[in-house]
Amino acid sequence: MIGERILMCGNEALAEAAILAGCDAYFGYPITPQNEIPAYMSRRMPEEGRVFIQSESELAAISMVFGAAATGKRAMTSSSSPGISLMQEGISYLAGAELPAVVVNVMRGGPGLGNIAPSQSDYFQATRGGGHGDYRTIVLGPSTVQELVDYTPLAFDLADQYLMTVLILADGILGQMMEPIVFEKRPGRELPPKDWALTGAKGREQNIVRSLWLPEGKLEEQNHKLQAKYEQICKNEVICEEYELEDAEVVIVAYGVAARIARQAVSRARQEGMPVGLIRPITLWPFPTEQISRAADEFRLFLTVEMSAGQMVEDVQLAVAGKAPVLLHGRPGGGVPTVDEILNIIKELSASAKR
Amino acid sequence: MQTVFKRTPSLKDCPTHYCPGCGHGIAHRLVAECIDELGIRERTIGIAPVGCAVLLYDYIDVDCIEVAHGRAPAVATGMKRTNPDKIIFSYQGDGDLASIGAAEILHAGHRGERLTVIFINNAVYGMTGGQMAPTTMIDQVTATSPRGRKAAEQGYPLQVSEIMALLPGVIYVERTAMDGSAGVRKTKKAIKHAFELQIEGAEGLSLVEVLSPCPTYWRMPPAKAMEWIKTEMTKVFPVGLLKG
Repeated sequence: MIGERILMCGNEALAEAAILAGCDAYFGYPITPQNEIPAYMSRRMPEEGRVFIQSESELAAISMVFGAAATGKRAMTSSSSPGISLMQEGISYLAGAELPAVVVNVMRGGPGLGNIAPSQSDYFQATRGGGHGDYRTIVLGPSTVQELVDYTPLAFDLADQYLMTVLILADGILGQMMEPIVFEKRPGRELPPKDWALTGAKGREQNIVRSLWLPEGKLEEQNHKLQAKYEQICKNEVICEEYELEDAEVVIVAYGVAARIARQAVSRARQEGMPVGLIRPITLWPFPTEQISRAADEFRLFLTVEMSAGQMVEDVQLAVAGKAPVLLHGRPGGGVPTVDEILNIIKELSASAKR
Repeated sequence: MQTVFKRTPSLKDCPTHYCPGCGHGIAHRLVAECIDELGIRERTIGIAPVGCAVLLYDYIDVDCIEVAHGRAPAVATGMKRTNPDKIIFSYQGDGDLASIGAAEILHAGHRGERLTVIFINNAVYGMTGGQMAPTTMIDQVTATSPRGRKAAEQGYPLQVSEIMALLPGVIYVERTAMDGSAGVRKTKKAIKHAFELQIEGAEGLSLVEVLSPCPTYWRMPPAKAMEWIKTEMTKVFPVGLLKG
């Protein structure tokens, strides 16, 4: 399979990428539109002598991840929006206990049971921690099936390096669509030893994995330690793509599937002589604040395109910091923006700019 | 001079935070003694609940994890499946296991996870201030059942061990009562057996329910609390082997 060009759907490609990345255990609960991941894992993980469990709930799935991660194993789960809401308890505990985990959210429309159409309306939840307490998760927003394959091993490496949850934020389109991909065996990062892992206290003092800090000041100290780690991540781990940005007067900011659509709109606009560019955050947290801020130094219009009522637009506004107007084209509840929609907005913007 | 009793090495030499007459101190000692007698300290991982025993790791000197309320059996599942050679035990109270964690214990049993579960039933939420638990007795007064638990309003005491014993994946269920020295000895025997089954690789979950005194929230002197277990609790929670 390695090195061959093959056709695979996003969910299955991600699952195979996780196996190649050395995922020791997968725990999950059925929910559309990510069901291909547990189905694939239920077949492949035992073939590799690894662990697959269909849990009784998402609460249990993330708790199983917590348990496996605490023993030093690479563990993951996947779900879709309502299930990810249930997992927030465990994600907060993973943050508090500083355990590595990979969580995949193949987003669907919300709130509530919503629908099973693709969406990006869990951006706030993903990039603001999602559960209780002051914490972050690293959030990756791939936009192609190949990127699902390429960023999944990075997710495991980042989790192990920084001892925290890494969320892969996909959506129903990306999970379901089939694209030609290539799996490659790339060397991973050099990672610190897991000397904190629970392996039985053989020849050493007991290890304790905990998130409770009762003595006065101790939890505040622990929080400062977490924040220092998050600062390092902001400094070192931002990934962002810039497309046709050089002379652009309108800059679209979009991620994931919305960015694919936006990219086409940019190409079409360029063909029609309109100077439009794209900034595509690939890490949604840490957010490419500096890149967007730099782009805002020359006066341009910013247009955020997202499959939500407007969530990432707040991060774009924070980055632009009043230096330029920030507009939104948001499609909530499972709506997907079209190239023509975006193009029409660009045309209106250019026309009004000329006036 | 002959030594007739000493602290077992896996029990740390420190005072506990437990109230006078609480059963947790005794249960901790029994767990530590079993671990040492079976020689499994270096491959054992303990799971602390949310509740009075959350600081279990301060007293029992093995690798330990503290988990979300009620989720211990799911965490244990993640550990044991990825580390079949390790001995995993969860130590949970009645609020933790019988209320918020009812789904996790039921399904760990249902899947036949090879785990050892120590279930401390003291018929009340201790750490949060003596609220009603699923295991609270009829007419028992608690912080949230000030007129006493009424079956018509709050249901009957939940008999978790009886439910668990019905599951094919659960291989050993015993209920003991720490109502005196004989009860403590029986409790130790049961805990030890629950560990032995896991060591042997027996295919399923072992659960020991321990009726344990909470004099503070039962509003009784310790000796009377022991007596109350014997005269009242065992009527609803009869001691003995339920399965295995």
